[in-house]
Amino acid sequence: MSGPARSIPLATAAYLERAKARAASPDADLFALLDAVVDPEVPVLSLWELGVLCDVRRIGRRVRVSITPTYSGCPAFEAMQEAIGAALAAAGETEVEIETRLRPAWGTDLLAPAALEKLRAHGIAPPTDDVCCPRCGASAPRVVAAHGATACQALLRCASCGEPFAHFKPF
Amino acid sequence: MTSPATARYAERLGDDALVLAQRLIEWTSNAPLIEEELALANTALDYLGRARLCYQYAARLNRAAGRPGHTEDELAYRRDATEFGNALICELPRGDFAFTMARQFLIDAFSVPFLDALSRSSDGELAGIAGKALKESRYHVRRSADWMLRLGDGTQESHARAQRALDALAPYVGELFEMDALERELVASGVAVDRDDVRPPFAATVEAVLGEATLVWTTGPARSGGRRGAHTAHLAPLLAELQSIQRAHAGLTW
Repeated sequence: MSGPARSIPLATAAYLERAKARAASPDADLFALLDAVVDPEVPVLSLWELGVLCDVRRIGRRVRVSITPTYSGCPAFEAMQEAIGAALAAAGETEVEIETRLRPAWGTDLLAPAALEKLRAHGIAPPTDDVCCPRCGASAPRVVAAHGATACQALLRCASCGEPFAHFKPF
Repeated sequence: MTSPATARYAERLGDDALVLAQRLIEWTSNAPLIEEELALANTALDYLGRARLCYQYAARLNRAAGRPGHTEDELAYRRDATEFGNALICELPRGDFAFTMARQFLIDAFSVPFLDALSRSSDGELAGIAGKALKESRYHVRRSADWMLRLGDGTQESHARAQRALDALAPYVGELFEMDALERELVASGVAVDRDDVRPPFAATVEAVLGEATLVWTTGPARSGGRRGAHTAHLAPLLAELQSIQRAHAGLTW
């Protein structure tokens, strides 16, 4: 499934802000550990790449993880919390606290640049305005449904190859 | 320092969201198209999430102040209809698809400017919830406005059904702009939205969309009472179904 050549995705200001905070964190090992925790609904993205993981830090013997939900009612949010707890427990962390942050509100501008290509390779059109078919690369698809299989996706159909595909909604 | 009024306000916002979510999920396995079923369920999920965030906040304030309503489940499952403070428009039966979409459009057209204002609340928690919900409602209104166009400017049958729905809903819209003493107190402290400010953007959206959809919007005498617990006969059966498990097995958890 090789799509046509694309321009290098530029990092958004919102993502650069996150990346800067992560780079400045004294707990790089904890961030690296949580890179293994993926979105249960789009398992090619880590919670960091998805923009859900805001921060993780060690406070004495405790590890505090800050995450933000994608949509208010995202049913995967609890599974994400369990997966974070399990990953930290497996690494020997016994005191884990997970806090929910609502501000700034999650949006697709928080996604890591690498996430866009991963989504495309997974068959999901990334959240850009110029949506192209992730299979043949044709532009101007038809919107089949404003809501798709998960809260963060819409259903589109390619006008060229006729293939239906999910679009990660710009949000 | 938060007043009991803030907790009550958060409960009301949660009640609006929970009751509407329940009406929307009634379409699951009943929608005219699979795509619309997904859309209605997704919209319901956004409202359910909103309700939970509001209830969790209200419950936290209640616990701190030693008032009843200590958990989100207690607020959702253990109160009677007279204790719910949702607007009546949220509890009206789902009707046909035109009615559901007309209600959704009116509520979306209201919610976008309302949540936009609430996202600037002096209460950081409410501002955070509203900031999230605002993004969702902006997405909802694109779809519900689109449906008003398709139904209003569609076939004779769809036009008639959409117009009938709007006429039936019209008396319930005024309540969305009502403020009682509790809300006025919160408006003064910058916590609550001054609902008068929401009128002009609401009217502009409704006029623009319904005008293009060839539908007529007329407002008459308003029906209200939901905020003080005086509900239509439709809320109690809705709650009976919603709360049946917790009423039968109090405190049951997954």
